[in-house]
Amino acid sequence: MNPLLARIEKQAQSIRDKILKRQKPSMRFPLRNLSNVKFDPKSGYFEMGRKTKERTMSVATVKTFAQSLKMIALSKNLIETDDIATKREAYYVAKGWSGEVAFSDQAESDTVLDDVEALFLVNREQLGFVPEEKGGEVAGNLVVVDQDRDSGEEVEIDCTRFGSGAYSIPTSVENLRFQSDARFILAIETAGMFQRLVKHNYWRRAGCILVSMGGVPTRATRRFIRRVADELDIPVYAFVDCDPYGICNIYRTLKVGSGNAAHINEFFCVPQAHFLGVTPDDINHYGLPTHPLNDIDIKRIDDALKNDPFVQYHKSWQAALLQLKEAGYRAEQQAFAVHDLNHVIDTYLPEKLAQAEDFLP
Amino acid sequence: MSQTLSKGSAAKGRSNAQTMAASQREISVSEFFSRNRHLLGFDNPRRALLTSVKEAVDNSLDACEEAGIMPRLEVAISQVAEDRYTMRVQDNGPGIVKRQIPNIFGKLLYGSKFHRLKMSRGQQGIGISAASMYGQLTTGKAARVISRTGANRPAHLYEIQINTARNKPEILRDEEIEWEPDQGTSVEIEMEARYLKGRQSVDEYLRQTALANPHLHVIYTPPSGKPVTYANSTTELPPEPREVKPHPHGIELGVLMKMLQGTPHRTLQGFLTQEFSRVSVRVAKEICDRADLKPNGRPKGIAREETDRLFKAIDKTRLMKPPTDCIVPVGEELLVASLKQSVEAAYYTSTTRPPAVYRGNPFQVEVAMALGGNIEAEGPIALMRFANRVPLLYQQAACATTRSAIGLDWRNYRLSQSSGSLPTGPLVVLIHLASVWVPFTSESKEAIAHYPEIMREIRLALQECGRQIGDHINRQRKAADAARKKSYIEQYIDHIADALQEITGDTQAQKEQLAQNLQGMLERSRS
Repeated sequence: MNPLLARIEKQAQSIRDKILKRQKPSMRFPLRNLSNVKFDPKSGYFEMGRKTKERTMSVATVKTFAQSLKMIALSKNLIETDDIATKREAYYVAKGWSGEVAFSDQAESDTVLDDVEALFLVNREQLGFVPEEKGGEVAGNLVVVDQDRDSGEEVEIDCTRFGSGAYSIPTSVENLRFQSDARFILAIETAGMFQRLVKHNYWRRAGCILVSMGGVPTRATRRFIRRVADELDIPVYAFVDCDPYGICNIYRTLKVGSGNAAHINEFFCVPQAHFLGVTPDDINHYGLPTHPLNDIDIKRIDDALKNDPFVQYHKSWQAALLQLKEAGYRAEQQAFAVHDLNHVIDTYLPEKLAQAEDFLP
Repeated sequence: MSQTLSKGSAAKGRSNAQTMAASQREISVSEFFSRNRHLLGFDNPRRALLTSVKEAVDNSLDACEEAGIMPRLEVAISQVAEDRYTMRVQDNGPGIVKRQIPNIFGKLLYGSKFHRLKMSRGQQGIGISAASMYGQLTTGKAARVISRTGANRPAHLYEIQINTARNKPEILRDEEIEWEPDQGTSVEIEMEARYLKGRQSVDEYLRQTALANPHLHVIYTPPSGKPVTYANSTTELPPEPREVKPHPHGIELGVLMKMLQGTPHRTLQGFLTQEFSRVSVRVAKEICDRADLKPNGRPKGIAREETDRLFKAIDKTRLMKPPTDCIVPVGEELLVASLKQSVEAAYYTSTTRPPAVYRGNPFQVEVAMALGGNIEAEGPIALMRFANRVPLLYQQAACATTRSAIGLDWRNYRLSQSSGSLPTGPLVVLIHLASVWVPFTSESKEAIAHYPEIMREIRLALQECGRQIGDHINRQRKAADAARKKSYIEQYIDHIADALQEITGDTQAQKEQLAQNLQGMLERSRS
């Protein structure tokens, strides 16, 4: 029997036994936020702390309790039938539940789902739930070895052979293998910049693998980059906008994982990632056009300085964020086009890569 | 300086004692009241109509009760001209003997109730004669009175006016007539008046009178001509209140002097023991001792300063409280029964306090309350005030009952109240003060004076009922909360049991047991 199924049943049985003894059952969840993660530079990712919250059944919690149990039952069903459901699908399944137990919106159902995931300390894919959003795209010096689902034959996918297109990272990357002679992986924030680099076959010139993250990298994208970097033993460079979101959300999540699902960060992070740019210094050095920081940007910087264990560990990041805050502006990675459309390929990236040892941690 | 001035002014023809004496003469009581009619409740045409009806009804009820007759009244108001109405009140009482009729309706301060201490509606003997005087002043018409004292006696019709200068009745018409009822009295007065509905209307007065007098049957015909009947809710007359002698602690110096002069008793001891309540021979001797007077001295021979000593001695002597069995309250059960007829509510409660004493006068306070149902929930509570079963419709703010009600913290009883005002909510509060002498703030008898003893009894009665009201509101809120909680819980219990069954593969019986346990556990849990 699937060990996870056994744990699900055990949890349900303990709740049932409590109720039969007329005692109020409870479920203990790890606390899912930044206040409950530790950053250990040796392991290189956010580890979950020990804080938990206990949800005891009462009039106030009966609704969430019922929703959680229904979700767990759905998960059991998915595992048993080897099926999957996206978060959105799970939300629609719950819509079919009678009466008030249905979720009022998907945010509510996502929270319950995340709780259940944390309750069993597993990746939600193991519970049969897959993310709605698709992972990133890949182009460059990489051969991905996958399997044909029907025949079971190995399939070699050469990421140099997509022309102006790209290979799309699947939701589950655990069974992939990789072959490459690339020297590094370049993880790019925007699809626009990725397309420019692909169009001009930048990967050939630089001898690298290009990955488009499309904002905050999904779990699958993080896992994919991590596995390629581990297996080929090559560095990862992040190329994102120079703004609090690019630094504190996109880059930080890529490198050390998220606070929300800390129990799986060990696998869904890329500790070997470094920050190529755009740095606050780059803005001056390359004379990039800027936009003023808005209130949300400033709040993000303050939050990171105050609450983010990763930023708190790295003095250089604190300095960079303060520099940005004082300057009061931000710049996008596509701003190099101010000089020339291919300025980024011809000038910026080569110059930066020449000093890779100076990249921010 | 002042001397020269006063001399000078006298010389300049100002009055002196002689010229002043020429214009000094007796003022008739009737004359005084014709100028000060607001003191009697005739200050505006609307109130005058109400006061007239009220005085007539009060007299009828007092007479019926004293004669042991279940009162059946007819009250009719009809419009004569735009600002002129005729009011007629007819009772089935004992009737009035012929020679007394002119005095009762045509002479102020004539009555049987002033000189005695007995719980009754009328007290001073002003009321009905003031009404006929008001009619006479505003319309020039005389009051019409018909009275008959028995089936084998004739009915007399009088038309009476008051000579306001001499306070004497003037009879305009006096004849025997054919009259259908076997006995009773009918009084008819035409006056300048205004008929309006509302809180201070004749309609409201009769509704409340019926409420406080469950034995009263009254048929009321308003100007619209459509009669309303308030039927009696009991067939028993209230017990006859006992007349009591004054208690020494309630007496004033002047009254004491007058009593000493008028007494038939020949010794001071006899005077004290016979004319007052709660004075035994031993107590009388103690008083005399303290006043340094001889118990066998003549009451009429006591000089001015000796009266003073006597008065002070009485004040210092400890006396038994006056007898209180002379008060007849409506009673807790009848109050509620009566309230039920008048107000449709969800909950009723009432309390009758034990009798108490102010200034030597026994009194008793009753309170009844009705909550919820059809009672208006917005705005302040409805307060109904009664003194000796008579509704008080004016001067609510000046009344001891209102003051006591405002002074209470109603939030203890789950009603909202802003400081210095009556609480708000769907509540009707009825307060009844019964006493051998109700202390009104003025002769129009609309507000009860603020004696601390009276205020205290009202407060205690309000608190007793208030607690019942608060408990009831709490019970209701708890029940509503529990019901809301139950239906909330029920939405989720089946889902929990379903999900658990789906995961564990338990039997249907186990699942039902689970659902049942959950229901019980959650209903008992507080949050």
